[in-house]
Amino acid sequence: MFMFEKAVVGSRRYWIWLLCLLVIIGAGFLCYLRQLEYGLGITGLSRDVTWGLCIAQSTFLAGVAASAVMVVLPYYLHDYRAFGRITILGQFLAIAAVTMCMLFIFVDLGQPSRVINVLLYPTPGSIMFWDLISLGGYLLLNAVIALVTLGAERRDAAPPGWIKPVIFISIPWAMGMCTVTAFLYSGLPGRSFWLTAILAPRFLASAFSSGPALLILLCLAMRRLAKFDPGRDAIRRLGLIVTYAMLINVFFFLMEVFTAFYSRIPEHMEHFRYLFAGLEGRASLVPWMWTSLALAAVSLVLLVAPRYRNEEKVLAVACGTVFLSLWIDKGLGLIVGGFIPSPLGAVTEYAPTLPELAISLAIWAVGLLMLTVFYRIALAVRESLAAARQEV
Amino acid sequence: MRDRPIIFGGLMVFLGLATFPIWYNVAAGKTSRGPDIKLPAQEKECVAATDYMRSSHMDLLVEWREQVVRQHVRRFTAFNGRNYNISLTGTCLKQCHTSKADFCDRCHDYAGAGTPYCWDCHNEPRPAATVAHRLPQ
Amino acid sequence: MTIHRRGFLCTLALAANSSAQAPAKRWAMVIDPQKCLKDKGCTKCIEACHKTHNVPALAEARHQVKWIWKEPFGHAFPSEQGEHVREELKHQPVLVFCNHCDEPPCVRVCPTQATWKRADGIVMMDWHRCIGCRYCIAGCPYGSRSFNWVDPRPHIRQINTDFPTRAKGVVEKCTFCEERLAQGQPPACVEACPEKALVFGDLRDPQSEARKLLRARFSIRRKPELGTKPEIYYLV
Repeated sequence: MFMFEKAVVGSRRYWIWLLCLLVIIGAGFLCYLRQLEYGLGITGLSRDVTWGLCIAQSTFLAGVAASAVMVVLPYYLHDYRAFGRITILGQFLAIAAVTMCMLFIFVDLGQPSRVINVLLYPTPGSIMFWDLISLGGYLLLNAVIALVTLGAERRDAAPPGWIKPVIFISIPWAMGMCTVTAFLYSGLPGRSFWLTAILAPRFLASAFSSGPALLILLCLAMRRLAKFDPGRDAIRRLGLIVTYAMLINVFFFLMEVFTAFYSRIPEHMEHFRYLFAGLEGRASLVPWMWTSLALAAVSLVLLVAPRYRNEEKVLAVACGTVFLSLWIDKGLGLIVGGFIPSPLGAVTEYAPTLPELAISLAIWAVGLLMLTVFYRIALAVRESLAAARQEV
Repeated sequence: MRDRPIIFGGLMVFLGLATFPIWYNVAAGKTSRGPDIKLPAQEKECVAATDYMRSSHMDLLVEWREQVVRQHVRRFTAFNGRNYNISLTGTCLKQCHTSKADFCDRCHDYAGAGTPYCWDCHNEPRPAATVAHRLPQ
Repeated sequence: MTIHRRGFLCTLALAANSSAQAPAKRWAMVIDPQKCLKDKGCTKCIEACHKTHNVPALAEARHQVKWIWKEPFGHAFPSEQGEHVREELKHQPVLVFCNHCDEPPCVRVCPTQATWKRADGIVMMDWHRCIGCRYCIAGCPYGSRSFNWVDPRPHIRQINTDFPTRAKGVVEKCTFCEERLAQGQPPACVEACPEKALVFGDLRDPQSEARKLLRARFSIRRKPELGTKPEIYYLV
């Protein structure tokens, strides 16, 4: 039923890639065992900066997961046929991203064996409760959708009617999931960097630019590695989506900068000052943030002009810069910047330690492993279908 | 059927390994004796019936935990009408089972129940003058 | 089921009796920073608290666990900072700890109710239920909470066996000595202060010392504009 038999047939390159991923996962797992024994003190976190790389990755990936909606919505709601070949890839990306998102939260818990308490003692007033519900629900939804649609495709039949409402539900669910992730931060009175109504729209905009950007890169990679053609129109339309989303994202960021610096309220300015200029001589994130801005500018130049955007090689570069820029912004700057300076005005810097990096890499490797296996299955199903059709 | 000796040989080895815990403990003479626990000398009656304590003392402790921490109720009236202050260290260990090693641990080790994580945080009371223990009947 | 007249009246009496009991307390603390400063290096309250509650002393500052400590005035009251603030006030250290807010953001965000607000005002911790997600730390506008990054036991100078330690991976903070309050004792810090700079009391009792102080003198609280309604008052 899960068509895993398709994943165990592959070229030498495929198996070497899987082996490398497994080695990375193994190394990270060992580091996690050490963390379980020693405590979270093994990370670079501190009394002032209590959330770091792992939670930031989780936040970033929640957005990437939500971006599946950018292919599902046009295809299922507006009958945009060009996306027909890649909706399954978008859904598999969503599954892998949500799994990574949940894993990143799990490895960051101080008492992970008690995580079931969130379900045993439900607290509707806590956004983290809704975060778990929305992430888990989204995983389930996409898993069912992908399984049913791919299974139907394998039998060269139309998917059953009941899957349509499930797909429709996944669209607002994705939006809700991204919004809830933003609400984790934007409702905290003591954290002025996050206490802004535009945080949720920013999250949506960065989700809908980084997610499709990654999807474009994956599709182009599939074309190179597996002779899979996503379709020129699909890539172009996705490129357009990334462009608009990135423009809106940068615009929202500039809005934040204006409010902070025109109002001159110290609590609002200080976090930006730390990220872009440094505070009290501490400036470890400054080069990262300016790189992120530079990458964003480069990406916009490449994306806005159709002459460049429609050239697939240039588009690939643009998507890479978008993804990297937003990964730095959301996956590093946003979370750490919210904690510095601390509520008592202390500037305590954060840098992830080696075990922390190893664990994070391992979770990314888990996601890549899932993507590899899922894409292999999807493409193998399509190949066998095409072969069967040719015989007929 | 040339493989018969190998098959049966392998089966015997497997059976031996699978039943290792049983015959090892029998050989070491551990199963014939029960856990050699030392009952409290001072107190003759427990906070609940012995059978209940033997089977469900962990449930009682969890209930006590909820009462003290979440409902801030610190008084417990036992089945015999006696009142106790709910406290693992202050009542269970200080008043009655003054040696955790001679009572709690002995049974837990015997039953293979391990060290419950309670002891990661809760303490044993500072050793007072040694109290004479009476042996089980 | 027949209701007997006597039984009914008994039930009524009982209900009336329980509601006629003393109204719920509202515990709060009033601090007089001037009295606190009399002995500049004094840390008796901090030592008493940390000793009573087995708070570890960690060498690495970033892993520090503290329930009560001194913070420079400008850090505790950032909105009162400025060039022309009274000189002696500017660098004065003030005692800070959990404010036991009336509208605590930490309670709002906890996904397991491992921290909650009691009827008597204390924001309590359940270290058995905490999953160590540290959302409450993100939610606290005062930096009152600490996380156990490592196992605290090896770092406790002398374990007070009357109070449990905590395990690694849970968040902790001042609990207004609720275990001492249950025995009718004042919080450890209040008892330890030689200048009686810390006044603990029930704000619902008009005759309590804390309530009388607040009626007589002007006091400020930390970041009240955030709507948390903190219940630690600093006399000015």
